[in-house]
Amino acid sequence: MSTDGERPLLRVRGLTRWYGPHVGCLDVGFDLWPGEVLGVVGESGSGKTTLLGCLSGRLVPTAGTVEFTTREGSSVDVLRMSEADRRRLARTDWGVVHQNPRDGLRMGVTAGANVGERLMALGVRHYGAIREAALDWLGQVEIDGDRVDDMPETFSGGMQQRLQIARNLVTRPRLVFMDEPTGGLDVSVQARLLDLLRTLVADLGLSAIVVTHDLAVTRLLAHRLLVMRRGQVVESGLTDQVLDDPQHPYTQLLVSSVLQP
Amino acid sequence: MTAIAPAIAVEDLGKTFTLHTQGGLQLSVLRGVRLAVEPGECVALADPSGSGKSTLLRCIYGNYRPQAGRILVRDGERTVDVVGAEPRAILELRRRTLGYVSQFLRVIPRVPALDVVAEPLRALGASRAEAMAQAATMLERLRIPERLWRLSPVTFSGGEQQRVNVARGLAAGHPILLLDEPTASLDADSRARVVELIVEARHRGAALLGTFHDAEVRDAVSTRVATLHEAAA
Repeated sequence: MSTDGERPLLRVRGLTRWYGPHVGCLDVGFDLWPGEVLGVVGESGSGKTTLLGCLSGRLVPTAGTVEFTTREGSSVDVLRMSEADRRRLARTDWGVVHQNPRDGLRMGVTAGANVGERLMALGVRHYGAIREAALDWLGQVEIDGDRVDDMPETFSGGMQQRLQIARNLVTRPRLVFMDEPTGGLDVSVQARLLDLLRTLVADLGLSAIVVTHDLAVTRLLAHRLLVMRRGQVVESGLTDQVLDDPQHPYTQLLVSSVLQP
Repeated sequence: MTAIAPAIAVEDLGKTFTLHTQGGLQLSVLRGVRLAVEPGECVALADPSGSGKSTLLRCIYGNYRPQAGRILVRDGERTVDVVGAEPRAILELRRRTLGYVSQFLRVIPRVPALDVVAEPLRALGASRAEAMAQAATMLERLRIPERLWRLSPVTFSGGEQQRVNVARGLAAGHPILLLDEPTASLDADSRARVVELIVEARHRGAALLGTFHDAEVRDAVSTRVATLHEAAA
């Protein structure tokens, strides 16, 4: 990660979302730099998922701005661009990894088709090239190539999650949103997925925003943390600063509540 | 001749922990600490345990956030104040300049010892082959049996984990090294090897600051002894 002559990939200011009288997230602001992984932590209902939804264009915020720096180096306002432009951006530059792989996969088509689909959406038409890319990515997420024609339904939860990751990364996005990526998995499967994510993020120089309630996950994956409570960011900093020297009473409570095996 | 800034200059450092889960209890650990470390010297902090030596090392590494003072770290041509620095500035400082060896290795399941040691070198831009070769040299010098190199240190003994940690901390040849009891749980032979590596780092011009409980180790590696108390005076 170099620090000179760079612009933030994402500039978020005053992001707010109300649900009627209830606050989803309130006045959230941060910069995300290229190659940086930002962890968003807090308990259920703290606004983590609302924030992720607003950032990735799945929810319309009540107020605020989200600026994204494109591959060409120009800055676009994600919240004010046309639906078609936003969809194109989502297809080329963004990935979304859902907690439940069923929300991110197409369960009615094969594993290979799941990975190939995003490539086809970008206009790749050569069947051999698509299949080759699919096989390559199945390998990268440690799924046997001979499962390429199998339906995701026949995969374990951990494999489905790895398939979802392959489906997202095949188009080389620059920013990946992850919502509790290890959420529904057994601990042994979690370790494998985490190691895989860590390696892929580092090798591809990806930027990512990872929402999780699991502080151990952030220790491994995130460079920086935002701690959210009741929709607001109560503390932020380098991951090891926030976990080892938490300042806010809520962060101290979160950190001290983790069971040490 | 122009004066060159020390590698580390700690100025009037204050660190207080406020424990909100303990009724807001305040622990003032560091007050008015002043300390400078030059390239080529190894300064040993000689205060009794519990006096804040590790806290100081963690503040310099950017791990703990002090309330007062400055920590100026020389990073090539420029000087960075770690206190209040942006997270990415601290990460960059750690990548290029600041090495840290603690008593405990944070192991990651599935990541082999060789990769654990090679990681800081890879982060500096070394090729995979170069980084792996250097990592192997370090593990060899610290007597980690070769059959363990491809395994995650999760199952290693405490002493083996500690040596992997030392190998990782010293592999990249950082110009500044913070050492928190680097020989704590090691036998005499391993201790001697760690001492050798620390002295080598000093001779190549690194600035070292550490805590060495073992008097023999302290005498062997350090060029000067300091205490937080006199540092504060």
